[in-house]
Amino acid sequence: MKAETSRRTILAGGSAAAGASLLGGCVQPTMAGMLDGADWRRGHRLRDGSFPAPDGPVQDIDVVIAGGGVAGLATGWRLADAGFANFTLFELEDRTGGNARSGRNAVSAYPLGAHYLPVPNRDAAALRYMLRSFGMIVGDAPDGPVYDPYQLCADLEERLLWRGEWQEGLFPQSGLPSGQQAQRQRFDQSMDYFRRAVGLDGRPAFTIPSVLSSVDPRFTALDRLNFADWLDSEGFTAPALRAYLRYCCRDDYGAEPEDVSAWAGIHYFAARRGWAANGDGDRELTWPEGNDRLASLMAARIHSNLRPAHTVFRLAVTAEGRAELDVFDHTAGRSRRLRAKVAILAMPHFVAARVAPSVCSPGGLSYAPWVVANVTVSRPPEGKGVPLAWDNVSTASDALGYVVATHQTTSAALGPTVLTWYMPLSRETPQVARKIMLTRSLERWQEIVRADMLAMNPDLDGAIERIDVWRWGHAMIRPTPGFLTDPARLAARSAHPPVLFAHSDLSGLSLFEEAHHHGVAAAEMALTHLGHAFESIA
Amino acid sequence: MAEAEPAITVDSAERAPASLAVILLVSVLVVATCGLIYELLAGTLASYLLGDSVTQFSTVIGTYLFAMGVGSWLSRHVRRDEMGVFVRVEILIAALGGWSAAGLFLLFPVVGDFRIALYALVLAIGVLVGLEIPLLIRILRHRFAFRELVSNVLTYDYVGALIASLLFPLVLVPWLGMMRTGFVFGLANVAVALALLVALRRQRRVAVDVIAALVVAASLIAGLVAADRMQRWSEVAFYGEPVIYARSTPYQRMVLTRRGEDLRLYLNGNLQFSTRDEYRYHEALVWPVLGRVARPDTVLILGGGDGLAAREVLRDPRVRQVTLVDLDPEMTRLFRDTPQLAALNADSLSSPRMRIHNTDAFRWVREARGSYDAVIVDFPDPTEFSLGKLYTESFYREVARLLAPEGVMTVQSTSPLVAPESYWTVATTLESAGLHARGYHAYVPSFGEWGFTLAAHRPFAKATRLPQNLRFLTPSSERAMFDFPPDMARRPTPVNRLDNQALVRSFAREWGNYEG
Repeated sequence: MKAETSRRTILAGGSAAAGASLLGGCVQPTMAGMLDGADWRRGHRLRDGSFPAPDGPVQDIDVVIAGGGVAGLATGWRLADAGFANFTLFELEDRTGGNARSGRNAVSAYPLGAHYLPVPNRDAAALRYMLRSFGMIVGDAPDGPVYDPYQLCADLEERLLWRGEWQEGLFPQSGLPSGQQAQRQRFDQSMDYFRRAVGLDGRPAFTIPSVLSSVDPRFTALDRLNFADWLDSEGFTAPALRAYLRYCCRDDYGAEPEDVSAWAGIHYFAARRGWAANGDGDRELTWPEGNDRLASLMAARIHSNLRPAHTVFRLAVTAEGRAELDVFDHTAGRSRRLRAKVAILAMPHFVAARVAPSVCSPGGLSYAPWVVANVTVSRPPEGKGVPLAWDNVSTASDALGYVVATHQTTSAALGPTVLTWYMPLSRETPQVARKIMLTRSLERWQEIVRADMLAMNPDLDGAIERIDVWRWGHAMIRPTPGFLTDPARLAARSAHPPVLFAHSDLSGLSLFEEAHHHGVAAAEMALTHLGHAFESIA
Repeated sequence: MAEAEPAITVDSAERAPASLAVILLVSVLVVATCGLIYELLAGTLASYLLGDSVTQFSTVIGTYLFAMGVGSWLSRHVRRDEMGVFVRVEILIAALGGWSAAGLFLLFPVVGDFRIALYALVLAIGVLVGLEIPLLIRILRHRFAFRELVSNVLTYDYVGALIASLLFPLVLVPWLGMMRTGFVFGLANVAVALALLVALRRQRRVAVDVIAALVVAASLIAGLVAADRMQRWSEVAFYGEPVIYARSTPYQRMVLTRRGEDLRLYLNGNLQFSTRDEYRYHEALVWPVLGRVARPDTVLILGGGDGLAAREVLRDPRVRQVTLVDLDPEMTRLFRDTPQLAALNADSLSSPRMRIHNTDAFRWVREARGSYDAVIVDFPDPTEFSLGKLYTESFYREVARLLAPEGVMTVQSTSPLVAPESYWTVATTLESAGLHARGYHAYVPSFGEWGFTLAAHRPFAKATRLPQNLRFLTPSSERAMFDFPPDMARRPTPVNRLDNQALVRSFAREWGNYEG
């Protein structure tokens, strides 16, 4: 009920939030901050199709990567690491990084989207290879790779505001009836079963990269159900457990349990078997700027190949089996045409279907809108119970809480910091939620964020210096029931040169590891096609 | 009596509904409880702020009882309208008694002589409380036979006293704290006034009294809500000694207190030193290191913004340069520029041999280059996860990189007696960072039995060279510091790492047990 009320507060915005702010103290007339987000005007221009015709000579090139998010950057990084340089990466936005991008102010760098990477599984060989080359894996011990302690999330990692008191972890530890605790234990046992389960094909039932998971129908049949129904059928009905699982679904998939495939819901809990020395397998890597640390290191490796502010707006396959691409340069205001031996569409699938309708069908995929706010404060939040953690979540809020940008870098208990507040707009359909998101003013968003922050941390009253709001219209793909067998997704995964796809959409799970896997796989397929010798790292 | 008075006289109480008698008897119980609570609050607060609890309790109780006598005597001058006077007395007690604890805490740092304020308040409350029972007896005199009346009133009075004396130490002080206790019982007084006003509303004009009661009630509720904030404003509600300086910097709350010759520094409420015995701590911190380094040319001090460790270091003429890294510029500025404090550290912070960096040591060591012959690590105890980072293997690896091959370092490592696991975690962690480590301890009365850990790239020299004029250490007492009796003996501990913060967790557990 509590979550319900506060959701209304958040979605109703205006008066309710203003009322909450009044309770928390006087509303400042104007709060500093910027309203920003993925450039939807450039994005929508693709939908509306108004680009000048290409001029100038057609340029021949070996590889074009269209899209500079994590998958596109991983593709480029892999090509460069194999000693291959004849490629260009076009990115529609002014900066690469996709939803791993970050901002920075005088206090700290901070994430605008994805902000951590769990210690990868043994299966994620390519990712481990990259982390080693970036100095994030610093050695090897008998029990696994040794991660740089500065980049593993420092203790205290998580805390939960539950009945007015902060406690460690994200599930209530105390004050729950024993029946609810018992269900939590039974749920953990159930997930443990799935974590160990191996299909008839000899593959783990659930793993990351998810395409390496078993296709044994015993497990894939779960994709026909939604997660909420599966939980009901298994008797996992305890309110505290369901609230926690809802948090998890919204955190990783931006969607309600009713909208998430049961296979994906279980994947969240059963696929992680992080492999690291010192018992660090269940840890996360994180940085003040979030996953932009990784995106920027990949971008730095291929700096001369990057072309931001360029939209690839048309792709077709020629009779000679080449990919013909039309690219609009937003700075020069001109279009030109390229002919590539391989074109890799490292973009969300719904965009790829607009750019290359001849080779890509839109399918039934849907995308969750998110709002991320960066709240700059003159002093860190406190609160009753355990002290400030990296990730701070409230059971009474419909937002996902906040992470602390300076958690990894400082030993000062006080002093200014930046708190990154996350909110997937999952209650409405994505279309309705996107409309709500775009029509709200900066002031309205700031009121909502401020009221939610003060509800969690009344001690922040008077300490909030600015709130910068970032909107993601299509933040992440939603793994809805049936996504495993979506024909568009399966077709994209089995594509062959000259057109390849690389995006976490191919997995249907918006995770760094998935994007990276598909980027590396596409790059290696392109290298094979071009006859460039390399040693696979996958 | 009440001849020509058009207002309600005591006789009207007789004609009032029977429920009024019940309200009045309950009032006896409530006012008796409240009265004793205010007395206990004043006594406790005076002992807390002024020390010497026997004297404070004795004089506060004496003054209070005497004032009650004055109040009883004054009651004879109330000639009419006992009920009206009683209601107003209740409202006044609610205001004065309710705000007594908060008011005294807030007044303490700002008034010249706190005792005048204290006894004035105790007198005022006592006089008002002294009026209560005589007035109530007179109001009730027509409802009961005299025999019954005295029995009833005194019974409720003494029962109220029992309730107060049990609630105060067992429930109120531990759970509500002194400020909130005052407000809660002020509200009880005002509730009595309001209940009587409601019962009397048909017989008399009560509007002005009701408004006064509501204003007082509102102020008490506001006080109750803001008690936490006031507690923070009022340092004395927290520190046992008079506060002579308090300042919040962006990084910490610095408070200096002084009682007699004893000057103390608290950071975020934790004692950093007392001038009575800090020489013991700082000699034990510094000289085991300097005495084991052949040529301590360059010395690094991490933390120690009070300049006291630096004072010891600079006594060694062999030291050419001291680098001090402390987070808070206010701290080093205060101890450099305030003559009284600079005298404590012998102007170490303005020495030409001193280099000060005001930055986060956790970041500084990662970027620093250079080689130091001695390193002194003197951070606050690992009470928080942020501070715990300064005791991790990662941090010690950086310090080891800055430590010369023949250099020696020491680490302030909390109490090996109170928190043996935490204490030995430091040694385990230093060893895990590739260093040799050895614990030692010293008795510092204001801290108790206190621990340090020496660390170096190579095994330590047994022998040490100490200067002549130390107040605490001699060669033989220095040797004895390395001996640990069984209750503090080394035990296996985890390594403190950034992602497990084993030290912060064991520290909270061990000190939590100790402080109960």
